Amino acid sequence: MAKPKVAIYWCASCGGCEEAVVDLAEDILKVVDAVDIVLWPVAMDFKYKDIEAMPDKSILVSFINGSVRNSEQEHIVKLLRQKSQLVVAFGACAHLGGIPGLANVSNKKEIFEIAYKLTHTTVNPDNIYPQPVTEIPQGRLTLPEFYDTVKSLDQTIDVDYYLPGCAPPPDLIMKGVETLLSGNLPPKGTVIASEKALCETCPRNKTKPDKMVIKEIKRIHEVIADPEKCFLAEGIICTGPATRGGCGERCINANMPCRGCFGPTKEVIDQGAKFLSALASIIDANTEEEAKKIAEQIIDPIGLFYMYSLPTSILRRKQGV
Amino acid sequence: MSENFEPKIIGFMCKWCTYAAADLAGVSRLQYPSNIVPIRLMCSGGLEPSYVIKALKEGADGVFIGGCHFGDCHYQTGNYHTNKRFAILQKLLEEMGIDKRRVRLEWISAAEGIKFARTIKEFVEEIKKLGPNPLKKEA
Repeated sequence: MAKPKVAIYWCASCGGCEEAVVDLAEDILKVVDAVDIVLWPVAMDFKYKDIEAMPDKSILVSFINGSVRNSEQEHIVKLLRQKSQLVVAFGACAHLGGIPGLANVSNKKEIFEIAYKLTHTTVNPDNIYPQPVTEIPQGRLTLPEFYDTVKSLDQTIDVDYYLPGCAPPPDLIMKGVETLLSGNLPPKGTVIASEKALCETCPRNKTKPDKMVIKEIKRIHEVIADPEKCFLAEGIICTGPATRGGCGERCINANMPCRGCFGPTKEVIDQGAKFLSALASIIDANTEEEAKKIAEQIIDPIGLFYMYSLPTSILRRKQGV
Repeated sequence: MSENFEPKIIGFMCKWCTYAAADLAGVSRLQYPSNIVPIRLMCSGGLEPSYVIKALKEGADGVFIGGCHFGDCHYQTGNYHTNKRFAILQKLLEEMGIDKRRVRLEWISAAEGIKFARTIKEFVEEIKKLGPNPLKKEA
């Protein structure tokens, strides 16, 4: 019997998810034994036209990482959806929009101006910006069109499963791959991780005081964090209460607070608003003035509350830009 | 903006105070604009910030939150949490490009029917000046 076909594709991402696949170490041999990789631009030489020539639904599963922010990405993910039985959003950017999704505080014009004009190392006196189509004597040159708004994968195509994380940890990737290959499929829409918040499994949970009260909000680079204590109890912002667990507490064990890359748990529709709510309830402020003063200590609320999930939040982007 | 813009305002009100104040305003036959759609909560502290964001996203021109005065919460501390959430939410909304004047928090006790009617009147006037919510979908 022919081995099942698998595609791995990247959209707007940093390459960390590709690295995570390589991080499977010896386990990757098991994966390669079990499947036939038909597309993996970062590691292997296949052409888009090979995929176009395949019959519909002939790929068992496409693992797609990165958010969708230009027309090429949109085209290829739609193609992969057509050719695949299953699509897995791989990593925080495909799942939630991710770090590239923070570009939704801006728009194409502003981003181009900074990237192609205002940075100190750029010299562009003729104001030349990338164009989707350029006519030159030799013919016509095309570039993908850059969009104003970054989207998560499921805002572009139908997605079957999600492997969360920035990047997804190797044990979850293996679990995901094994589950899909076993044919014993979980319900559509399943996020392959824990159903509980990170605090449930956090090794520092036992140091949490009965009544948590913070008078001052600290940022991790301003203090030296105690390696044992609950970050929130120390006043250091940690999004653990509003973030899905299952990541293996990699950041916590490196003495860094959670930033929310696993996204919200199933019941929550807006991770940032949920964390805002959780954070507010442990702040010690009894008057309107005190509350305002503490709110002022939150520098960059969008980056804090929606570091990975701005495109999948209720508002999706900054308004009016 | 059209001359006869009638804003739609979603009101999240605590059942023990502001919602009772709205009842009192009603039985006292006080006049106030009918632009507000009241939603009764057991406590203003039960108001998820996402409800407010969702109301604005769905096109509400304003969101009114009514809770008990400090020290009066039926559940002791609910309104203190509302106060803190509101302060941070206002900051977030501003960053997200939404006029924070569209969300208003007031402490109105069950005895303050007059204050309720006056507050709603003022708020409706203010929202009329701000104009329709730009997030509102075209009808």
